[in-house]
This record gives sequence, C-alpha cells and structure tokens, in this order.
Amino acid sequence: MRRERRSPGNPLRMPTLTERIAAGDRRALATLISRIEKHDPEAPAILGALHERTGRAMVVGITGAPGTGKSTLVAALAGAFRRGTAGHPPRTVGILAVDPTSPFSGGAILGDRIRMRDLAGDEGVFIRSMASRGRLGGLSHATDSAVRALDAAGFETILIETVGVGQDEVDIARQTPTVIVVESPGTGDDIQALKAGILEIADILVVNKADMPGADTTFESLCAMLGLGGGEGDGWKTPVMKTTAATGEGVDALAEAIHRHRAYLRESGEGRRRERERAEADLRERLRERLFERWRQSGRMDLAEMARKVAARECSPEEAVEELLK
Amino acid sequence: MTATMIRVLIAKPGLDGHDRGAKVVARALRDAGMEVIYTGLRQTPEMIADAALQEDVDVIGLSILSGAHGTLIPRVMRLLREKGLERVKVFVGGIIPDSDIPDLKASGVAGVYGPGTPTADVVKAIRDAQGTPQPG
Repeated sequence: MRRERRSPGNPLRMPTLTERIAAGDRRALATLISRIEKHDPEAPAILGALHERTGRAMVVGITGAPGTGKSTLVAALAGAFRRGTAGHPPRTVGILAVDPTSPFSGGAILGDRIRMRDLAGDEGVFIRSMASRGRLGGLSHATDSAVRALDAAGFETILIETVGVGQDEVDIARQTPTVIVVESPGTGDDIQALKAGILEIADILVVNKADMPGADTTFESLCAMLGLGGGEGDGWKTPVMKTTAATGEGVDALAEAIHRHRAYLRESGEGRRRERERAEADLRERLRERLFERWRQSGRMDLAEMARKVAARECSPEEAVEELLK
Repeated sequence: MTATMIRVLIAKPGLDGHDRGAKVVARALRDAGMEVIYTGLRQTPEMIADAALQEDVDVIGLSILSGAHGTLIPRVMRLLREKGLERVKVFVGGIIPDSDIPDLKASGVAGVYGPGTPTADVVKAIRDAQGTPQPG
C-alpha cells in the first residue's frame, strides 16, 4: 500500500485497499481478510486506517454443539435480516463461518456454505469461511480483525458462526455484544448444559430443530435452568426461543429478539461497558504478543534449550522463566 | 505455515447428484494441509465465481459427471475473468472424454483428472501450480 502514489490530485493513482474497502469493493474485502489470516505485515496499517469506520455493525455470535443446526440457522437468520422483519427494515449481512483446523495436517474442510446456498447471488451478503487454525474456544485468531473489516466495508449485521465446541465458548462472549447459544433436542442432558457454562454466556438461548421429538423437554429444562440462575436483577432476561431453521419457523422472532437485545445494550449502557471490556482484553492480548515478540527478538536466551532442561528435570519451569527474563 | 496456506474451493456445478469423488478429493486436500471450502451440489457458475471471490481462494476444483462440462466450465472461466480472478487455477475432475480436454484447457483450465487418478497426483498438481514445494 505504501508504495502506491498517494497524491489525491493524481487521477492515475490507484485507489488503496483501504479506499476500495470503504467504497464496498467485495474483492478488496476478501483480499484484506486473507492478508489478516496470513499475518501480512501491511494488514495492521490497513485495519488501523479503517478503524474509524467500524463500530456501526450489529455483531452477533452464534455458538453451540456440533450438529445443532448452527449453519442452517445462520443462513435463515441472514435471510430474515435481508428481507427485514416486522419492526425493522432490511439490512445487509456479513457472515464469518469458522470450522475446525485438523490438528494433524493443519488443513481444514470448511463446509458451512453448503447450508447457505439460498443466499447466493445477493450482493448484500458476504460469506467468508475461516479455519480455526489451532485456536481453541471456537474462533480463529483472525476473526476479530475480519469482523472489523466487514464492519468497515459497511455490512450492517455481522453473524459469526463458531466451531461447534460445546463446552468452552468463552471466546465468542468476549468478542461479540450479542451471543446466541443453539441447542437441539437430544444433545445431552441438562447437566451438560449446566456444566458447559453456556447459560452464563447466552444472551438468547435457542432450541433449534423444534419440530423434532424431545424439543419441548429441552425447551422446558432450559427454561427451568435459567430460572435457577436467579439474582440477575433488573438486567436482560435471557429468553429461550424455539426455531426450526430448515423451514424458517421462529426465525423472524429470533431476529426481532436480536434487535431487542441490541436496544437493551444501547439503553442500559451495558453495550458500552462490553465494548470497553472487549477493547481492554484485545489490548492485553496484543500487548502480550508484542512483548513476547520483543523478548524473542532480543535473542538473549534459547527457549528450546530451556524447555529441554525443564523436561530433563534439570530446572523447574519457575526457575526457567526467571532465568529467561534476566 | 499460515503464510503459504493454500485455499481451495470444491464445487459441483450442474445437476448431477453424486459427490463422492468431490468429497474424497476434499478430504485428501485437507490431509495435505490445505483449507478446503466445500460448497456442495448443484452450484451454478455464478455461485461458484462469487464464492471464489468472497473466499479469496487460490484454486477451484470442479467435479462434473453429467456431461455438461462443455457449457458449464467455459462459463465459470468467463465469470472468473470478469471478476478479475484470472490468477485462480481451475482443475476439473469427473467424467470428461479425452477428446474434450483440449477445449477445456484452451478455455483456461489448468488440469483435468478422470476417475482413478491418485489423490496424491491432484495434491502435487495444486502445489506445483502454487509454487509450493512438496514437504518431506
């Protein structure tokens, strides 16, 4: 980017990637997300230049165990937002669909688009599949930056579908203002739900595949479990909703609930609080990465050699760290 | 490793409903360390070109068993050029008569692989096209 001529008076000047994304150029957006994923050294500067254009999108995370129908629900939700619902006009939709990277080969099969074919051909929709690339917690390290890229490109709603992890979806709660946890009948008993801590991160709980046997039982046990929580006070009361994503049943109501949650975040000040928390967590992580990198480049000590010593019980990890920081 | 990650779109254009071969190739590419975006059955050339743009893939693998390759593939190639995606390498698999291969290659297809092709050959062809050396 820096090599391009920047004089605004020059009509022959190529528009920068930043300008193309701001103008809604889909190819430029796709290129930026790839650069983010590849740790391209120019990506941070491009994102930095786009930062002031971000913060406008309604960002929604959708998580839940594998096979609960997340992809189909995301596709149906995107359709509902594109059509508009009773109380809200149509909105453009960006989708980030994260699937797991194979721990053995480093490769991945990203199959979420299979369920999203009804959205094909709509210029108001942009779908990007991302591999988790070894990151735990259901997201890729690049997800957060990719959300900002979609936001800067002007997508009004951004849906993030996480890897079906099941028990540790904390990442998504940290990164998105509204979290939907998807359950379906017959995926584990209620103790599973308690154990996973999903009730704590869900802003909206969805029982998908509501036309299947056992859906009412799942619905009722989730309602009962939420009742057990108690003491949430005057804040948001997590609704439990039934959907059948494959037919679209209940999906408009879910889209409306997402709008309601966004209004709650805005009016209660909770949204700003979460945004600050998110920004702080993000800064901590960046700082940690940069400090580590600076330490590594100082080249004072050999990490691998120290690891050998610890493994050989020649010194403890505690002593090793003290030594490495000297 | 991430700096050289190869992203591949696997799609089945047209109407035939048999995707076993496409899945076998998808799996082999994953096991070779590539990221494979699998789009499923009955994709139109427009859907394929649009997905290739959004996913910013390096390679597209098309599987066709229906005999419609003569019309579908040139359309995919034309749409890719229109979108400025001419650097994306396109490979075709499935049932393609030998006599049709020169025409497909003339339309810009990088390689054609029929039934019985060892998946290792496909992996190697993709790596060669991307200038990525075989590991090990």
